[in-house]
Amino acid sequence: MELIYSKSREGRRGVSLPDFDVPEANAVPEKMMRKEPANLPEVSEQDAVRYYINLSKLNIGVDTNFYPLGSCTMKYNPKINEVIAKLEGFAALHPLLPQLKHGAALTQGALQVIYDMERMLCELLGFAQFTMQPMAGAHGELTGIMMIAAYHKANNDHKRKVMLIPDAAHGTNPASAAMNGFETREIPTDDHGNVDIPALKEVLGPDVAGLMLTAPSTLGLFDENVKEVCNLCHEAGALIYCDGANLNALFGRVRPGDMGFDVMHVNLHKSFSTPHGGGGPGSGPVGVSEKLAPFLPISRITKMKDGTYCLGYDYPKSIGFIAPFYGNFGVILKAYAYMLSIGRDGFLRISENAVLNANYIRTKLKPYYKQLFDRHCMHECVFSVDIQKEKYDVSAMDIAKGLLDRGIHPPTMYFPLIVHEALMIEPTETESKETLEEFIDAMIELAKLAEENPDEIKKCPVKTPLKRLDEALAARKPVVKLEEK
Amino acid sequence: MPYIANTKADQEEMLEAIGCKDFEEMWEKAEVFSTHPDLSKLPKGRSEYEVLNMAKKLASQNATDLVNFIGGGYYDHYIPAAVNEITGRSDFYTAYTPYQPEASQGTLQATFEYQTAICRLTGMYVSNASMYDGGTALFEAITLACRVKKKNKAVISAAVSPVFRKMIHCYSSNLNVELVEIPEDGVKSNQQMLVDAVDEETACVLVQHPNFFGTIEEWTDFVEKIHNKKALAVCSVYPTALALLKSPGEMGFDIVTGEGQCLGNSLSFGGPYLGIMATTKKCMRKMPGRIVGKTVDKDGRDGYVLTLQTREQHIRRSSAVSNICSNEGLCALTASAYLTCLGKEGFRHVAKLCAAKAVYLKNLLLDIEGVEPVGEEPFFNEFIIKLPCDASEVARKLIDIGFAGGFPLGQYYPDRSNQLLIAATEKRTKQEIKNLATALEAILWN
Repeated sequence: MELIYSKSREGRRGVSLPDFDVPEANAVPEKMMRKEPANLPEVSEQDAVRYYINLSKLNIGVDTNFYPLGSCTMKYNPKINEVIAKLEGFAALHPLLPQLKHGAALTQGALQVIYDMERMLCELLGFAQFTMQPMAGAHGELTGIMMIAAYHKANNDHKRKVMLIPDAAHGTNPASAAMNGFETREIPTDDHGNVDIPALKEVLGPDVAGLMLTAPSTLGLFDENVKEVCNLCHEAGALIYCDGANLNALFGRVRPGDMGFDVMHVNLHKSFSTPHGGGGPGSGPVGVSEKLAPFLPISRITKMKDGTYCLGYDYPKSIGFIAPFYGNFGVILKAYAYMLSIGRDGFLRISENAVLNANYIRTKLKPYYKQLFDRHCMHECVFSVDIQKEKYDVSAMDIAKGLLDRGIHPPTMYFPLIVHEALMIEPTETESKETLEEFIDAMIELAKLAEENPDEIKKCPVKTPLKRLDEALAARKPVVKLEEK
Repeated sequence: MPYIANTKADQEEMLEAIGCKDFEEMWEKAEVFSTHPDLSKLPKGRSEYEVLNMAKKLASQNATDLVNFIGGGYYDHYIPAAVNEITGRSDFYTAYTPYQPEASQGTLQATFEYQTAICRLTGMYVSNASMYDGGTALFEAITLACRVKKKNKAVISAAVSPVFRKMIHCYSSNLNVELVEIPEDGVKSNQQMLVDAVDEETACVLVQHPNFFGTIEEWTDFVEKIHNKKALAVCSVYPTALALLKSPGEMGFDIVTGEGQCLGNSLSFGGPYLGIMATTKKCMRKMPGRIVGKTVDKDGRDGYVLTLQTREQHIRRSSAVSNICSNEGLCALTASAYLTCLGKEGFRHVAKLCAAKAVYLKNLLLDIEGVEPVGEEPFFNEFIIKLPCDASEVARKLIDIGFAGGFPLGQYYPDRSNQLLIAATEKRTKQEIKNLATALEAILWN
């Protein structure tokens, strides 16, 4: 499709704007003015709307197709959540209002939403306190690690410069640790898919600040030694961070705080049903145990004796300001609506069905694709395509592109890094058995096609708006904008 | 149970297929113990209608009916209906990050156009696909400059938003980055002191355009002096102002960041917002965040992909240029749709309306006895007035009669407790402006 700029004609405008009701004047000297207006498109409202609606049709989303992207929890995004986030009383609220004198009274509804979310997440996940401020999962990691650093600093324990990270971890873990000045050290996975305990014992020492563990792991497995891992870390004076990317599998069954984790982020855009937005905005609230609570970012919301809510800034041990205000409030609202809808009895139903759906796929595909760890999985299952790769030169990428032609968004590919030719499949609890079966049939068909006619898979996709794109060319000769004529 | 499709019969059939008689056996086989959580303190599940009513009640307890003259970096601009219609398309908002380009051309092409618009507004070579907000973008500009220059000191003007400066201090605390803050000079940055503070260790100097007090400053000579001292010049911008003002690119800046909330994103009590970052060709490969690039498919047709990914965490892990993974994709789409609907002249018209209303407002307020100007410098749509008494008390009284009349500066600048920061956008009518002036006069003198 041509860019919107191709439809631009001088003098068109896509919205009606008011005329001047005051004298046309400005306080900008001529020499500080732009000589030419920035060259933006000039289109009618209809042209703009039609362009973007047609552009949107070149996308696959959860609302149009099955989207079993592992570790991303592409569950259904309930529409009532969108309605609530757009309510004028929330959407038009200026964030500086509560910073005015007696200003908290102007935003009681919004402050209550944030306060209630913090309390509900504490109950659900077993932590003493939560902050809703981090604006994404990786931002939550950064916040959590800053608190770990602040904790050791407050104990005058300045030697702890190492963050341990299992080899199956998301790339954001080591990157977040590095952004806090930590050196990272990798812990291997044992042959049951768990943290290699002897290897962990070997590296734990007075220089270790903490361990970042994804629970369940990115292999879709629950580490049954998790309590021991937590204990070992604590005995060595290290704290333990839980990456909550895969929280959907644990709801109502296990509370991470009860297992011994000191700090954890959750992704509202995964387990709590807020949309991914084509790459954000997300929200990554962080929960902490009692011992890390003094270090939480400010401002903090407190509930007064008279039932009103106010913002407090007087927390001398706090790591400070990680967000401009109170977090991605518009996203928090959607998760709030979701939690109210699900309620106390619903969370276990979510994890049960998420795990059931993943195991159903795992069981049905086991005869066709290799499983590195032959165990029941949690909310996602990981297969390797390396047999097909070796025998027929058909890769995980080829299977993925084959799925696109069958109307299915591919699973996560080539992750976790410790599985060759990995496909990581997460169906979520919101998909029906029939949808899972369509996917299973497509995967079996592709496994057979790999054997019988591998060249056909390598041509895929052919039914998408474009065929395979040349990513190497894009990186070699970067064209990152439309040049002006 | 909402949002779950499996019926009891489905569940039984599927449990049998995976070799389990019930859910308990499924958990056992997955080797998951239970911590037997007591969730009784959580509320019980509510119906959709009940949730909506509860949310409406909470929404009604927020003051969004005030006539708003508060800015401070976050502005009450009009959002065209078409913008909400476009961003409400669930093909856009229910998609993931566009890792599968054949199934994501919508998101990718829209992001390419966003990058194009940001480059044209800022006068820079390359924009990324967005960051969390203006504050995190400004912090990432420091780390970018430190990588490029292989130095670890940043000099920052106190005329940069205090909201951003607090975030930068927080993020830098565990890093080997030294921050030097230079006090402002009236309503301007102290350009001479900023230049003087640059030494051999300095990677960059950070300023804001227009600055936090609304003042427009000329930066061309300043940037040249910074360059002569081998540091990079970084500028945080208010994008709406750039419809009228000389672009940072034209003034020679190396990195431009900004808060893009004003480009069609609602105020939404602090987020989600839009972090803008643009830079030069020279810095491109060290820039954080996702970048969309143009390429071709197997048949030679134009298409778009995520590019230069070897900078990023999913490839480079602890050596990545940043830990950022998501961006604010939907907010960037919003900005792109907003700029498209307003268009070249419309966007400029909005900026001219803002500027004209601010001039009219400032003149009316200065006619009030006891209200004084602070500095005579040029401004765009925001300015400071000095009151004969404590500004926070006056702001509170204005609230009582329906005006968010400005932001008192005392809490961020203790020596400015009598000063009020006031903004006008295109939404404010002549009558509303007159009413504010009348109200302020009444509060001061009745």
